[in-house]
Amino acid sequence: MKKDKKTLPRQSWTFDEYTNSEIRRAAATGIYDIRGGGSKRRLPHFDDLLFLGASISRYPLEGYREKCSTNVTLGTRYAKKPLELEIPITIAGMSFGALSGSAKEALGRGASTAGTSTTTGDGGMTSEERGQSKHLVYQLLPSRYGMNPNDLRKADAIEVVIGQGAKPGGGGMLLGQKISDRVAEMRTLPKGVDQRSACRHPDWTGPDDLKIKILELREITKWNVPIFVKIAGSRPYYDTALAIKAGADVVVLDGMQGGTAATQEVFIENVGQPTLGCIRPAVDALQDLDMHRKVQLIISGGVRNGADVAKALALGADAVSIGSAAMIAIGDNDPKWEKDYNKLGTTAGAYDDWHEGNDPAGISTQDPKLMKRLDPIKAGKKLSNYLKVMTLEAQTLARSCGKNSLHNLEPEDLCALTIEAAAMARVPLAGTTWIPGINNK
Amino acid sequence: MKLDLKKLKLRKVNETLQSIDPKKNNKNYTILNPEGNHAICVGLTDDIDITVKGHVGYYCGGMNQNANITIEGNAGTGVAENMMSGKIHVKGNASQSAGATAHGGFLIIDGDASSRCGISMKGIDIVVKGSVGHMSAFMAQSGNLIVCGNAGEALGDSLYETDIYIRGKVKSLGADCIEKKMDNKHLKKLEKLLKKAKLEKLKTKDFKRYGSARKLYNFKIDNVSSY
Repeated sequence: MKKDKKTLPRQSWTFDEYTNSEIRRAAATGIYDIRGGGSKRRLPHFDDLLFLGASISRYPLEGYREKCSTNVTLGTRYAKKPLELEIPITIAGMSFGALSGSAKEALGRGASTAGTSTTTGDGGMTSEERGQSKHLVYQLLPSRYGMNPNDLRKADAIEVVIGQGAKPGGGGMLLGQKISDRVAEMRTLPKGVDQRSACRHPDWTGPDDLKIKILELREITKWNVPIFVKIAGSRPYYDTALAIKAGADVVVLDGMQGGTAATQEVFIENVGQPTLGCIRPAVDALQDLDMHRKVQLIISGGVRNGADVAKALALGADAVSIGSAAMIAIGDNDPKWEKDYNKLGTTAGAYDDWHEGNDPAGISTQDPKLMKRLDPIKAGKKLSNYLKVMTLEAQTLARSCGKNSLHNLEPEDLCALTIEAAAMARVPLAGTTWIPGINNK
Repeated sequence: MKLDLKKLKLRKVNETLQSIDPKKNNKNYTILNPEGNHAICVGLTDDIDITVKGHVGYYCGGMNQNANITIEGNAGTGVAENMMSGKIHVKGNASQSAGATAHGGFLIIDGDASSRCGISMKGIDIVVKGSVGHMSAFMAQSGNLIVCGNAGEALGDSLYETDIYIRGKVKSLGADCIEKKMDNKHLKKLEKLLKKAKLEKLKTKDFKRYGSARKLYNFKIDNVSSY
């Protein structure tokens, strides 16, 4: 048949190439796809917001010359020793086990140099991480792997983990191939066994119990350190309100772009809310309870640069937290390992089988040979550089809006590029005064 | 030394017990009027003897190290949670999640323990003279759970390497939990733990041992109906 009598082959929007490959994979293996990372789908995000900058009615500050403060204090509500950070960007919880010891060390080194905190994760506290972290947040997770009071007392803050943005309501699984002798010992389980992390805490249910759990943690640590409560972007208004009621010093809110070491793809892509849609409801809860700036709000899930930091703070957050971005900064998915990624059937930038323990970059692995690829000192330096760049970027944007502190940024400094982002962030659609759901102009 | 919770705040009581002065060599403490207060005797580190005269609320003896605590009453949720070492003796009944995630030490409950007794336990030895509720030893990793009475539904669901010894009836076993042979090694261990709980009169042969079938240790699609 002649070409002009035949239409071009048309790919289905519904059954696209990726969807078809997943159907074939499921049919071949009989098991759902497990991967690391957060949601990869296109979601309303900080990119959909713009700063307005200064104008006749707003007076800018001189870049590099006029001060724009970045420091933040976390845990001012009850803790005798709140966490004093130089920058409002913290490193999120990532477990030793999911990550190598040298990767955890690199995160500690980078965070400390930049004047911020890092966070443990499931599996307990390693000496490398404690040793290299000036400010270390110790997570209390449902599995309580590696949880012990000696480490609890060494922590600079405690984070009670209720949920993760990648999997609200889900537990975790560290596959047997990543269970080295050291990981097995820290988690009190045999080597090579899949280690399930429960989705619920074993000794409390509901906000009234959580209040008592927090009391216990405070009593053990003599009310010295702040207690964070980490929630997933599920029901941000109510969960934030309940965390405050339970006595949290800090609420950490993780949207669905937030990463995980491993869970089902179907979970990552279909449960939770985008980070952008979570911030304003959480701030509402803080304001309704007269706790805004008294209980600090940390936002995480897809924070990548200084613009994201500035936008999150403008919407009412006190700080942000990064996990995936920190991993990339220290070498995850680096194109220099492209040949190795290809051998694993993937490509740099798309590698997410972190649970399998074959990470060419030596980060999400316990393989001694691969781990040697990561120099924790050099990787730590990269992370501190990246954190400094993010901070400078955020300062640049804040100064352009006339703010002498990142924390003076406000929703009035922003407009939105899409109706969805305008509705979620509650800022006007660009070129209008329309905030969907708030006014009809 | 007497510490009266009607006169002293919880913080003061715990602070006293958490900051033992070795020079004073005071090893015996009595807590009066606990009245169901939560988080009593948590985070202790010293080898001291404490008697609590009455009922306690949640998490009594939480994360205990070395201390020997006797509760002359009932205990609320999570007694001895995440205990590392030492001993806690509940003279009454215990609520849910007794000994949860505990890494070590010895927990004795004279009465019954509610649901999830020994959940995610990581090395503790627990002796319950009465019965335990449903989902006891759920995801239990290590240590021993001994129940002189009966066990509720789904005993030992998804457990790892904990040994469970039950003298009475088991309503049902959880996923991957099976009855196992009681050999000499287990009989000796059970005998030792019963003696430690002053239960020498009980016969080890009256107990049955339960543990993991280890079929769910690594994810297999053929086992999907068990998950």
